Amino acid sequence: MDLSPLIFVVLKTIACFVAFTAVLMVVAYTVLAERKVLGYIQGRIGPNRVGPWGTLQPFADLFKFIFKEDLIPDKATQFVYLLAPLIALICALMPMVVYPFGPTLDLRSLNLNSLPVIGSYISPHLDVFPFAITRFDVSLLYVLAITSVGVYGIALAGWASNNKYSLMGGLRSSAQMISYELSMGMSVIGVVILSGSLDVFRIVELQANSRFLGFLPGWYIIPQFLGFFVFLISAFAETNRVPFDLPEAETELVAGFHTEYSALKFALFFMAEYVNMFTVSAMCTTLFLGGWHVPYLGAGGIWLAANLNFPYLVVGSIGYVLISIVFFFLKIFAFLFFYIWVRGTLPRFRFDQLMNFGWKFLLPVAILNVILTATIKLFWYAQ
Amino acid sequence: MLQTINLETIASYAAFYLFAGMAIGFAGSVVYQRNPLYSAISLIGVFLSLACIYVTLASPFIAATQILVYAGAIMVLVVFVIMLLNVEEDLLSTKRLKSLTAVGAIMGLALASQAGFIYYAVTTSLNRSATGGTATSQPTMGATQAIGESLFTRYLLPFEATGLLLLMAIVGAMLLSRRLSTENLEKVVEHERELRHDADFN
Repeated sequence: MDLSPLIFVVLKTIACFVAFTAVLMVVAYTVLAERKVLGYIQGRIGPNRVGPWGTLQPFADLFKFIFKEDLIPDKATQFVYLLAPLIALICALMPMVVYPFGPTLDLRSLNLNSLPVIGSYISPHLDVFPFAITRFDVSLLYVLAITSVGVYGIALAGWASNNKYSLMGGLRSSAQMISYELSMGMSVIGVVILSGSLDVFRIVELQANSRFLGFLPGWYIIPQFLGFFVFLISAFAETNRVPFDLPEAETELVAGFHTEYSALKFALFFMAEYVNMFTVSAMCTTLFLGGWHVPYLGAGGIWLAANLNFPYLVVGSIGYVLISIVFFFLKIFAFLFFYIWVRGTLPRFRFDQLMNFGWKFLLPVAILNVILTATIKLFWYAQ
Repeated sequence: MLQTINLETIASYAAFYLFAGMAIGFAGSVVYQRNPLYSAISLIGVFLSLACIYVTLASPFIAATQILVYAGAIMVLVVFVIMLLNVEEDLLSTKRLKSLTAVGAIMGLALASQAGFIYYAVTTSLNRSATGGTATSQPTMGATQAIGESLFTRYLLPFEATGLLLLMAIVGAMLLSRRLSTENLEKVVEHERELRHDADFN
């Protein structure tokens, strides 16, 4: 019996585990960064007691959540009440499997056979190492599909808690996420038209291998600035962040959909929100900011154009891959900082303003962007 | 037909029976749950299991659209409505509609015979292709590009007709749900009254 499918499954499982753990670690420190940055915005210091500069604060919070008493309201619908936080966190984590974290590493050039013991096991199964857990034809649709299922976590939590504030939060979030999903999906279509692909992996490669006007990096933010603008705003609404945090709206709804949740189940919702921020930032980076692509850096050094290749900064294939991965995360961190910055700056929308803005402004702009992009591409190819 | 037994065949069979069993189980749960929200959640389960079966059939595009459209959009609306109405469990009458039992039996029989016919047709066509007939499925059948091309060439008319139907549904929904200003409402009421008066007169 050929065991290679089994090895494949084991490798993918390990990759998922590593990626999810990494994301959760980043999320823990996003929470800390949010508290610190908000503190500085508001002229406070923020958490600074646990560990140097408060760096161990996320773990202190986690242990606090674990050891708190786990309350289930008497009149709650038990099964759905327990199911909802799981749906929220799982749907937040699942999109991570398709994003390429870095360029494909060519293992054949590294001569793995020379490695003791492991080399002979690895090399037959891996000749190239893509820094993405999986790759398939419609990965962009997959991400949108999983995101659209994520709303159940919040809606069901609101319903199952049997609390009027929770129910209001759940209803608000369903209405909000249905509305903004449309403009989000529409804003992505521009990128799909330009790249001609629904494969996230290919979209990044196309951006890395092209340039505009001969010197600008070929990121889709340049031809798709309208799409980027719509996507960014919809992303705030999809993740229920300020200024679109109406499902929680603590001044109106106590804590909205998670009013009745405590201890670790509340922590799951809390983590889900920040994981969603991370995945949406990853998607924005991948679609509009060239993913892992570092401007003017290619595998063979500084790369200005096809015939202008300066071999000054030859970092080797591993170095190139590492720099690219770091850049991917830097772009994501920039988005995360933007999220926090906006939270410290803007007030909350009113619900009718939210609906009007989504349906009467964002969606028409997104549709206009699709029509414009399609027309321009059609005439571009007709020439 | 002799198939070599390897891990991939075992895994594909296991996946099929797992997801098919899940789909049937959830479908049964949709019918038997007393709580409408549990029925809705079970229906989402049916859609997710179907999407998984599509993935095992190498049609990821259909699977993604299945989740995006049915689980992500339509069922959210259903759940939304159930949450808004919030039907109490004990308010639902325990009496089922007895008169519909016969109709249900007939429709069930029709579905079962349909499934049997499909099974028969598939097995005979498989036998034919095994004895040298042409295979009906192409390897690119589930690919996005193939679906897009056939939608905009061969099936353009049904595609556009569906689009028109959806547009009509949107316009109809807006017409039914719009709020009239008081003066317009009075006009409509006046018009209705005239119509009724005419009908009485005739």
